[in-house]
Amino acid sequence: MAEEKKGLSHDTIERNTLLLIVLVLITVSIGGLVQIVPLFTIESTIEKVEGVRPYSPLELAGQDIYFREGCYNCHSQMIRPFRDEVERYGHYSLAAESMYDHPFQWGSKRTGPDLARVGGKYSNDWQVAHLVNPRAVVPESIMPGYSWMKDRPLKYADIADRMKTLRIVGVPYTDEQIASAKADLEAQKAPDGDTSALLKRYPKAVVANFTGNKAVTEMDALVAYLQVLGTMVDFTKYQSPKQLLQ
Amino acid sequence: MDLDSITVALRSFWTLWLMLLLVGIMAYAMWPGNRNKFDEAASIPLKDDGQEF
Amino acid sequence: MTSATLTPGAALGGQRSDEVRYYEDVIRLFTIAAVFWGVVGFAAGVFIALQLAFPALNLGLEWTSFGRLRPVHTSAVIFAFGGNVLFATSLYSVQRTCRQFLFGGEGLAKFVFWNYQIFIVLAALSYALGYTQGKEYAEPEWILDLYLTVIWVTYAIIFIGTVMTRRESHIYVANWFFLAFILTVAILHLGNNVNVPVSLFGMKSYTVVSGVQSAMVQWWYGHNAVGFFLTAGFLGIMYYFVPKRAERPVYSYRLSIVHFWTLIFLYIWAGPHHLHYTALPDWAQTLGMTFSIMLWMPSWGGMINGIMTLSGAWDKLRTDPVLRFLVTSVAFYGMSTFEGPLMSVKPVNALSHYTDWTVGHVHSGALGWVAFISFGAIYFLVPVLWKRQQLYSLRLVSYHFWTATIGIVLYITAMWVSGIMQGLMWRAYDNLGFLQYSFVETVAAMHPFYVIRAMGGVLFLTGALIMVYNLWRTAKGDIRIEKPYVTAPHKAAVGAA
Repeated sequence: MAEEKKGLSHDTIERNTLLLIVLVLITVSIGGLVQIVPLFTIESTIEKVEGVRPYSPLELAGQDIYFREGCYNCHSQMIRPFRDEVERYGHYSLAAESMYDHPFQWGSKRTGPDLARVGGKYSNDWQVAHLVNPRAVVPESIMPGYSWMKDRPLKYADIADRMKTLRIVGVPYTDEQIASAKADLEAQKAPDGDTSALLKRYPKAVVANFTGNKAVTEMDALVAYLQVLGTMVDFTKYQSPKQLLQ
Repeated sequence: MDLDSITVALRSFWTLWLMLLLVGIMAYAMWPGNRNKFDEAASIPLKDDGQEF
Repeated sequence: MTSATLTPGAALGGQRSDEVRYYEDVIRLFTIAAVFWGVVGFAAGVFIALQLAFPALNLGLEWTSFGRLRPVHTSAVIFAFGGNVLFATSLYSVQRTCRQFLFGGEGLAKFVFWNYQIFIVLAALSYALGYTQGKEYAEPEWILDLYLTVIWVTYAIIFIGTVMTRRESHIYVANWFFLAFILTVAILHLGNNVNVPVSLFGMKSYTVVSGVQSAMVQWWYGHNAVGFFLTAGFLGIMYYFVPKRAERPVYSYRLSIVHFWTLIFLYIWAGPHHLHYTALPDWAQTLGMTFSIMLWMPSWGGMINGIMTLSGAWDKLRTDPVLRFLVTSVAFYGMSTFEGPLMSVKPVNALSHYTDWTVGHVHSGALGWVAFISFGAIYFLVPVLWKRQQLYSLRLVSYHFWTATIGIVLYITAMWVSGIMQGLMWRAYDNLGFLQYSFVETVAAMHPFYVIRAMGGVLFLTGALIMVYNLWRTAKGDIRIEKPYVTAPHKAAVGAA
């Protein structure tokens, strides 16, 4: 490369389109490569923690709805290691906690509160009532209402295909999990049925008939997803390496 | 060559590239002999002698 | 230097072979599209701003919720308005600075035009219907990404082909910026949209990378969409249209060379400043912050270069409101490129991140820099393209300027106040050591500022509608009877005739 600087004058660059193209490409590629490539190689990028598991079929369907409705436009899922954030939302977020999110949902704006640890914070009924009409529960809220979602049947014929696709990109779903995807999805909505197999495959999954509907609805899925957010890691057993700021 | 060694190679490459780029560009831009060429290039937008098809 | 083979005029009708000819029909189309999508995008912005102030405007319908319409707004202003402005200006100026007509002829350029408009409509519809990759500024699903790739490669071929067959020995600096913009946007688009579709017959796909890597890739893309789409591309506009309108060469060509290389080198590193204090490793955050601060230098170098081009002709600012748009945009560029590095400093970012301060910062760049330089370029282009002596009215340009400027000032001051206020409220403690405010109390406190922001948006939109009227009358060939600026109307606009 040094040769190009010495041997060729900038005049040549200015007159030679292809050379200009090559130099621009090299110049703009370096930064991206140096920042992105090491994230895949360095072990310390994602800390080792117990408990993070792939989403259950119903939670996954809920996450797809979370993407679809653009929730990330107003809600972050990334708690920073500040005293006020940890007191407001819970333990700061770990890289491992979003390792199965394709794509990540850290967000960039908190028009609404952070949701990284919203799971278990409110009851299922509260979540449903809030999604249907946020202002019925929180009068000052400016969130859109999603009443139409409550009774709309969830489309999940392709849930196993979605899990297979995720397996291609690195989510460790087992053959067993994929084979029982549909049954697991329905089981998570039926608290009276036998859920032991489901909970063995997906520990801590919240099993409930969230909306009270007979069929599985979109809101069932969304609430199942919200209720598992941030609950997978047991922080009583985790030694936080970071000092809280502020 | 695995990803790790590529990473290491890239990390030293970018500083080198930055230095070369800066020195090369500054030298070229400040070179006294280039003044006329720059004046010529700078006047390109002000020539306007074409027409639409 | 010229030859008959290079000039289709010879083949078409036997004109003189050394006559330089340009394609302008497609430039007119891109200009019309830019103005149209600008109004649509600004209106969408006003609507979603009102939704934040008055949530009943979400209408309870799935297609009209904020979450689905916000991508419609961002895509409409960035890719539809900004994109068409870039197509129009780059394909206009590359012909004139290379003294060569478009490579591939008008057919190829029109292919880009129509397919890009179809892409925009499909993307907007898909957002409203809920098809999204779930990534900001990269929402279109995989099939639309492929479609855009074809369009973009065609555009690159036209632009690069024109530069390679040029009849001017130098490649003018504006073309370097356009070139870097075209190439880098291609890399960003391909790099950030590596997805695996669930089915070849469905829209749904998942990104290959996840979590922390996905965050880094996304903001490498997101930040450089700002750096190369909204900065390098529009700097190309600055380097052609400011000298052109001011009728004097750029202040320092040397500076423009340094500006170019340092800008494209430094920008690409700055992405991680969107991820300060997150689970992204600290070394990456530090790199991002360092380069963001360094970026301040080339940015201001470019600003000085743009503004000082007027040295010796400052009176034109008073007499030519079109030039005022162009130069004010460069001043806004300087302001946002000062604010940006400031916000990338970690302790500042700790306060500003997740708040409206970021939204205000983006809009001071988007409205003040991107939109203003676009308005300036469009006001310059329309009389030239429609073969008119001058604009219908320079006074209306001035009304547009002031309406829009007041709109921006309302917008960004409202966002500064609400952003800093909300950031401080989140971290406020009471005497007993408890958090002082619940989250929703901070939301309620934002209401007046959201109303002011929406009013700023209404003013900005009103200004754009004034522009539409002015351009419409200009294209018709009308001239408004009005008090001229100083002695005689400015004559720069007839340059091409």
